[in-house]
Amino acid sequence: MKNQAEPLWEVFIRSKQGLEHKHVGSLHATDPKMAIENARDVYTRRMEGVSIWVVESKNIYATNPDDSESLFDPANDKIYRHPTFYDLPDELKYM
Amino acid sequence: MENRDKSDLENYTLFLADSSLIMGHRLSEWTGHGPMLELDIAVSNIALDLIGQARNFYQYAARIVNESVLTEKSITEDDLAYLRDANQYRNLLITELPNGDWAKTIGKIFFFSTWQFYFYHKLIYAADKQLAAIAEKSLKEATYHLKWSSQWVIRLGDGTGESKKRMENAIRELWPYTGEMFVASEFEASTEKRLCIDVSGIKEDWLYKIKSILKEATLDFSSEKTWMQTGGKNGIHTEHLGFILAEMQFLQRAYPGLEW
Repeated sequence: MKNQAEPLWEVFIRSKQGLEHKHVGSLHATDPKMAIENARDVYTRRMEGVSIWVVESKNIYATNPDDSESLFDPANDKIYRHPTFYDLPDELKYM
Repeated sequence: MENRDKSDLENYTLFLADSSLIMGHRLSEWTGHGPMLELDIAVSNIALDLIGQARNFYQYAARIVNESVLTEKSITEDDLAYLRDANQYRNLLITELPNGDWAKTIGKIFFFSTWQFYFYHKLIYAADKQLAAIAEKSLKEATYHLKWSSQWVIRLGDGTGESKKRMENAIRELWPYTGEMFVASEFEASTEKRLCIDVSGIKEDWLYKIKSILKEATLDFSSEKTWMQTGGKNGIHTEHLGFILAEMQFLQRAYPGLEW
């Protein structure tokens, strides 16, 4: 039954206290409405969330793990990019 | 205890409890057999919602019975669900029909949840506070069931040649069981006290919703004069209910008081 008629969708849920939608899994569905309803049925049974985003997997582009070195390693040794040389006053609790 | 006069309120509450329970029980037969994992979970969720509604109504009915019968030990929701026979059950006939194929099941959920939607919409104004409260909670569930099943009616109707044929067959086979939803039985006659809602009053809304979804699903529908099946509310059921209850009640009847 798993053919092009039922593509794979990635599901992102935002929890009640959360600020961002987190990736929780994937499912199959034929159209966006069905994808949302399936996501609601499968991924929000235990009050995991109050908002759902679904994206067809084919529309998500991701980095290739093989490229990790060249993509991310150079950022490791550039400490001048991090704002860590300030003394923060005690009043700024949430910085 | 069974030969006493039951109040309209008791019968009304049992009618609502039984309808939700039998519908939920039938749908639970799909668990593990759904066409897709997501749909297996969806139908099981709907079944759970309905059984939850049934529990609310049964708990209230048990309270009503205990308050009206002063002798004997108190009964619980379980006594009402597991120890009444088919002729005491007051569920709508459509809830006991076999699930059939996916289209038939979708048809049943669609007709039943649309009825529940308009029914609960009115019941939240009932004079009885407890019924109104249960209706308010259940309305949210019915709203989703209606939305979910109507999407499937459209998907099947406006789908392949086979899905369309199956959906049409389902509508045709289920139609004779929809009339009962709008015919008041004796215990529903007391609408003046605002205890029960006027079921004939929601028929127009129901028909309008059904027809607009069927139209979007490109399904042919002609409202011919169909003979409507009735009797469920008065304990006169199809042959199916006996088998359902045999399966559902066997454990409690064979091992009374058995608990997890």
